[in-house]
Amino acid sequence: MLAFSIRRLLQAILVMLVVALISFTLFRFVGDPVNQMVGVETTPEQREALRERLGLNDPIMTQFGRFIVKAAQFDFGTSYQFRQPVSDLIGKRLPATLELSLVSAIFALLVGIPMGVYTGLHRDSVLSKLFLSISLIGISLPTFFIGILLIFLFSVTLQWLPSFGRGDTVAIGWWTTGLLTVSGLKALVLPSITLGLFQMTLIMRLVRSEMLEVIRTDYIKFARARGLRQRSINFRHALKNTLVPVITITGLQVGSIIAFAIITETVFQWPGMGLLFLQSVQNVDIPIMAAYLMLIAFLFVVINLIVDLLYFVVDPRLRADRAAL
Amino acid sequence: MRYFKPLATAALVASLMGTAAHAETLRYAFQGTLNQLDPYTLNETFTLGSHGNVYEGLTRRAGDLAIEPALAERWEVMEPNRWRFYLRKGVKFHNGNDFTADDVVFSADRVRSEGSDLKTRINADVKVVKVDDHTVDFILPAPNPILHYEWDTWYIMDKEWTEANDAVAVTSASDTTPNHAALNANGTGPYKVMSHEAGVKTVYERNENWWDTPDGNIETVEFTPIGSDATRIAALLSGELDMVYPVPVQDIKRVNDNEGTRALTGPELRTIFLGMDQKRDELLYSDVKGKNPFKDVRVRKAFYQAIDMDAIRDKVMRGLSTPSALLISPFLYSRSDEFERYPYDPEAAKALMAEAGYADGFSVGMDCPNDRYVNDEAICQTIAAFLARINVKVDLNAQPKAQYFAKVLASGGYDTSFYLLGWTPGSFDSWNVLHNITGCRDDKGAGGPFNLGGYCSPEVDALAAKVLEENDPTKRDELIAQAFTILHDEVSHIPLHQQGLAWGVASNVELTQRADNQFHFRWVTKK
Repeated sequence: MLAFSIRRLLQAILVMLVVALISFTLFRFVGDPVNQMVGVETTPEQREALRERLGLNDPIMTQFGRFIVKAAQFDFGTSYQFRQPVSDLIGKRLPATLELSLVSAIFALLVGIPMGVYTGLHRDSVLSKLFLSISLIGISLPTFFIGILLIFLFSVTLQWLPSFGRGDTVAIGWWTTGLLTVSGLKALVLPSITLGLFQMTLIMRLVRSEMLEVIRTDYIKFARARGLRQRSINFRHALKNTLVPVITITGLQVGSIIAFAIITETVFQWPGMGLLFLQSVQNVDIPIMAAYLMLIAFLFVVINLIVDLLYFVVDPRLRADRAAL
Repeated sequence: MRYFKPLATAALVASLMGTAAHAETLRYAFQGTLNQLDPYTLNETFTLGSHGNVYEGLTRRAGDLAIEPALAERWEVMEPNRWRFYLRKGVKFHNGNDFTADDVVFSADRVRSEGSDLKTRINADVKVVKVDDHTVDFILPAPNPILHYEWDTWYIMDKEWTEANDAVAVTSASDTTPNHAALNANGTGPYKVMSHEAGVKTVYERNENWWDTPDGNIETVEFTPIGSDATRIAALLSGELDMVYPVPVQDIKRVNDNEGTRALTGPELRTIFLGMDQKRDELLYSDVKGKNPFKDVRVRKAFYQAIDMDAIRDKVMRGLSTPSALLISPFLYSRSDEFERYPYDPEAAKALMAEAGYADGFSVGMDCPNDRYVNDEAICQTIAAFLARINVKVDLNAQPKAQYFAKVLASGGYDTSFYLLGWTPGSFDSWNVLHNITGCRDDKGAGGPFNLGGYCSPEVDALAAKVLEENDPTKRDELIAQAFTILHDEVSHIPLHQQGLAWGVASNVELTQRADNQFHFRWVTKK
């Protein structure tokens, strides 16, 4: 167990280093940060002096080494555009992204599972066909398009919900939350539907196919033969057994919800990390880009590490294999 | 009495409160972010315009851009090399400190210090001398009639406050600790910054102790940056915002058709033009080898006459542009009506190409930004189509501004053969253009830093030097006219148009739209 954990940890560190290196080499192609930091009339000499001060003239490996040493101490430097420490900026934007991701994950589960169960049980009903068509939209339409569609329907035409921003927020320590105010909750509706729609359809289709599978199994047939009530068979026996893969997938999807919030946040001007990242790409704000990519990589590494360790705990065969070696 | 019905009473009270309180809030959005509050860190229109609501200069510009007194009550040129500014008395900064000559001297030092992006506001050789508490002299190395032209955006900071908060050095991007002045503001202007979360929201409140009276009635201002065009327009149409800018040209009709909003359009000061590499002996991106076709004025003129700017105005810009014959806006030069574009004439263009020995045309790479100017990429595509008619094959390389500027500016080694650029002279004066855009430059950019194509005319440079020192306005305009005539005859560049500016405004809001695209709250009235 210990050796396995250490090996996984070393692999995780290696992955982080590789991500850092790849993103660093990519930054060479995103443009010249200095041009975004000064006005048009700044002379070439002043631009050159600024480049020198920022250390952008050093060899790429020197810059990379400097970044790694500082990042190991959680110092990601100062943002080029905002002139504030990157860790502060990301810290301030983190609650917005996490709240949005959480609410859309809950939305995906609460809507996706019942729809999946229903379509699994009533394969040929009209409602099932409707749900499946909706899920097709969720899977095939790009996120930004769904977002704009929702804005035009619910904000511009009906004027029920706000089209941008987070509404009023309440600060609890360093965490800001929009869950405690009416405008904050209203502002959450459209972005979380937009962000969660894809996951919702994914979960619905997964539950549906698992349901179809499980219903054909012998123990369900026996349950029917025992004369159990249909309700109890569907929800106590069938649904419970479909949930194992759903939980695994949902867990893995949490990472991608957070990472892919970029587009939703941009469409709704949601003040989270994704929006910050996109603004940084446009302004070639390398410190923020680097920190954000490291954070997302870290998130995925941690999730995968937990999943791997859990498998190790759950599956005795893994342990047996190691012992045989 | 039916007024005693609770519901009606509540409605009445609510309506009374609405009119009596006068606490009008203006909510507006812009496509870009307000990054930090230090007024000397970024020489860019939106940033300077935002700061202009909080900070003030010795001068300011009116709605029609005329220079008027602000923190200086008046000024006079004592000797050609010595200007005296008489400061307004009784002005206080937002924190209550008095505004005095010390603040002006301090601000003059700070704006020229290391890390400032507004060093061009005052020449490094100008001496700033305090005469008494409300008089300051500026001693110049040489006469300069446009000394104060850019001072409406040279904002005066409070010496005491800046020093007390350890913010004397201008925030530099290489600093590791945030500078107090980057996150807080203390000006003399009509509005105070109440909160500022960079990239999210900035809230302003009216400064009740302002020395002047505002024309508008806005108490509180909430600024949100909204990058996505569709969301910005939707927020205006749904009534969540009172004002947004810019409005994309294709959305102007929708904003006008919608009940409760209107689009306010006008010509902007920015001139969009094409430039050609005339410095290298062989173009970097062309199939012509061993020579540079752009060194031949006939080729440049053929390009000029092959492009139909009226068609670009009508189709690409939806009427929101003014074709231009000069590299400066007609607003900024009194004699601009004496200049006319070469007419669109593809036959004449073909003849010129044949005369120059390129009857079969050639291919050339063109660099173009795709997120910097109004419909920039579409303009470049249309130009490529027009040039195809005179057998010039354009390989268009349209990129986001970050990559575009990294390639074509001095830092990229002026790596371009043919490019589209826009320019607003910061001083609102022709000399700026004659220096930055058409001045002869070396490989590093000294002489004419934004003359990307390296056009060079010693005559124009000589005229520009005279323009800089000529104090008599009529003579000065004559010198400028001579320089512009040479540029026009030699087709140094191909001026395209003045792009338009478009703001989306709620119907109950009245405001002043300034041609430099700066937005000032003091002129806003909400009904």
